[in-house]
Amino acid sequence: MTKLNRACLFTASVLALASPAFAEVHSIAPGAGAQERLQEALILAEPGDEIVLEAGRFSLTDGLSLDVDNVTVRGQGMDQSILDFSGQQGAGEGLLVTSDNVVLREFGVEDSKGDGIKSKGADNIVYYKLRVEWTRGPHPENGAYAIYPVESTNVLVDSVTTIGSSDAGIYVGQSKNIIVRNSVAKYNVAGIEIENSYGADVYNNLAVNNTGGILVFDLPDIPQQGGRDVRVFKNIVVDNNTPNFAPEGNIVASVPTGMGVMVMSHYNVEVFQNVLAENATGNVLIVAYSNETEDADYNPYPINVLVTDNVHGRAGYKPAFEGGEMLAAALGGTIPPVTHDGNGRDIIVRDNVPVLSLGLSEATQPASEAQPQIADLSGTEANKPVLTAIVLPEAMEAVVKQ
Amino acid sequence: MTLNSSMLLAAAALTLTVSASLANSAEAQRIAPAVNDAAIAEKGMPRKLAEYGFFIDSNAQIPAARVVPYSLNTPLYSDGAVKLRFAYVPEGQQAAADGEGLLEFPVGSALIKTFAFGEGDDRRLIETRVLLHRAEGWVALPYRWNAEQTEARLAIAGGRLEVDTAEHGTISYRIPNKNQCKQCHSLGDAVMPIGPKARNLSGAWLSDFSNAGYLDAIPDGHDTMPLWSARQDVSLNDAARAYLDVNCAHCHRPEGKASNSGLDLRWEQDDQTAVGIRKRPVSAGQGSGGFNFSIVPGDPTRSIMVHRMNSDNPGVAMPELGKTTVDKEGVDIIRRWIAEMDE
Repeated sequence: MTKLNRACLFTASVLALASPAFAEVHSIAPGAGAQERLQEALILAEPGDEIVLEAGRFSLTDGLSLDVDNVTVRGQGMDQSILDFSGQQGAGEGLLVTSDNVVLREFGVEDSKGDGIKSKGADNIVYYKLRVEWTRGPHPENGAYAIYPVESTNVLVDSVTTIGSSDAGIYVGQSKNIIVRNSVAKYNVAGIEIENSYGADVYNNLAVNNTGGILVFDLPDIPQQGGRDVRVFKNIVVDNNTPNFAPEGNIVASVPTGMGVMVMSHYNVEVFQNVLAENATGNVLIVAYSNETEDADYNPYPINVLVTDNVHGRAGYKPAFEGGEMLAAALGGTIPPVTHDGNGRDIIVRDNVPVLSLGLSEATQPASEAQPQIADLSGTEANKPVLTAIVLPEAMEAVVKQ
Repeated sequence: MTLNSSMLLAAAALTLTVSASLANSAEAQRIAPAVNDAAIAEKGMPRKLAEYGFFIDSNAQIPAARVVPYSLNTPLYSDGAVKLRFAYVPEGQQAAADGEGLLEFPVGSALIKTFAFGEGDDRRLIETRVLLHRAEGWVALPYRWNAEQTEARLAIAGGRLEVDTAEHGTISYRIPNKNQCKQCHSLGDAVMPIGPKARNLSGAWLSDFSNAGYLDAIPDGHDTMPLWSARQDVSLNDAARAYLDVNCAHCHRPEGKASNSGLDLRWEQDDQTAVGIRKRPVSAGQGSGGFNFSIVPGDPTRSIMVHRMNSDNPGVAMPELGKTTVDKEGVDIIRRWIAEMDE
């Protein structure tokens, strides 16, 4: 028995090791029939295979999708291999991934009618050196999200560029164990947004010319809530003053133009060692979710938020929230770079800048009841970042070292 | 000429034989070619629809023995296509009733749905979609009919073609690809049939299906959902909720493609917010149309649900797959249902 088991195990491990040798590379060129040829390759791929997008522009009429585990889609560069969805007639996104262990790298996606690239229930996904863009620039009829992993465990977004999303450039929703780094988000409503997620590191990114640079939100009435444990650090978040162009009804439509980092509701957020400047409403805003909700399980308050060791440039010179302008006038032209609505608990700001409190004490209290005052939220020296770094499976990190 | 005429005669005789008697009668089984069970059960993707042997005369959609036509009380809207549905249960097997839910078809079964436009001699077959129940689970495959209407071939990547419709004129009709079949037919990671739930089937059909030996019992709860053509005879709420269940709930349910939205449009869902009442969108983008809630009671013009159903823009339109045009009858029922709600 034992011998047999060992032999079986041995065979199995040889097979496992050998399997990559059977992996195939399917090279797809742009040109006539690109929709069918590329989609067919994505359907017929076997686990371990690589789909190579040759250089050029793929003109697509419908959404593409991948539902095979352990497949890599590799282009020749984010400006060389371009999936062009300007002629798209159907489907809610450009590329949809619904399988695990997928790597998307080095290609561009332009002008999809809905979202750019969506991955749903796709664990261990890697987005690397991609560009997702709406080429006409900010417009309310652009797709909502450029890069859109949702309901997934282990997400790596590295070295991507997103431009023109009418909601968020990089949006990670209802997921667990996430890294977003080394990426550029510009001319989106929200540059980067982590929503209703558990455990995320957002670092070394550049968020510029969005309406809001980096958002950490938790919302009611969706399956995963109670968002927690997010670190936002070593990012450059500057000049996010593009007028909000999100369609009304979406939560980001309520983001005031000129926002750096915004935390809404949520547990355990650390914002540290970022460069924050030239954001006209403010560099940091910490608020409760202020809409009415009947969701009894939902916590609308920000709880345990630490802001420390950030470098602040000019901010608060044109605050775009209700009553902001009057407030700025009263305070000599600008409001402080950090604003807290007064809600929640354990909100600590240890940056060397003044903090404005709006003095609210209920999530749904109207802004007209605000009692603005300069607040001291500096805590003590014991208030230091304590959240542990996100660790992804080694195979995912290995992808970006290749 | 002579050969052709005699073949036509033979085909006509077959048609008469099959339609004149129950499809499983001894005579029909003797004459009619049997379904190719191996094509259904074994791995692989047959290149031609004919390989399954589902039809004696595929162009006329005359089914082989044990391939039983059925219809749904409230059907999914598909650009106004005529849809011919068939269920096949292999010899020696039976489907099992499960209350008002989905009939449990045994491994080796198949569900077949042909989409066509036009009537009588003008009828043009566009595509036939098959769901095959294999040992490893259900598999969904699309087959596209050729222009000559002589055969349907596997269209794994789907396709587009111009189709003349009575209601919308010429449209760019979309045949879904294999993944898109799964997107609607998925429950978690598994592919599942959607249509043949007892609650959306007629008692008469279930009775025939059971009497013929294909189903173990006539389930309770049949006809819970109203006949769409007789929807004026039932409450607006029943008509609307049946429509939403059939047209939306394959994605808008927990474990469906749109689970992350939190919108759950299944017939049995009774939580008001989950159904969309005063529920804010999660990731609608331009789909919101500038409105704040999926459903504003009493105000269909400010309800995102109506806005999205009434759009043909792919970035806005719902459902995302399976249709190109607006279902005016569907929009009408949802609009009236919302208008009637207490504010």
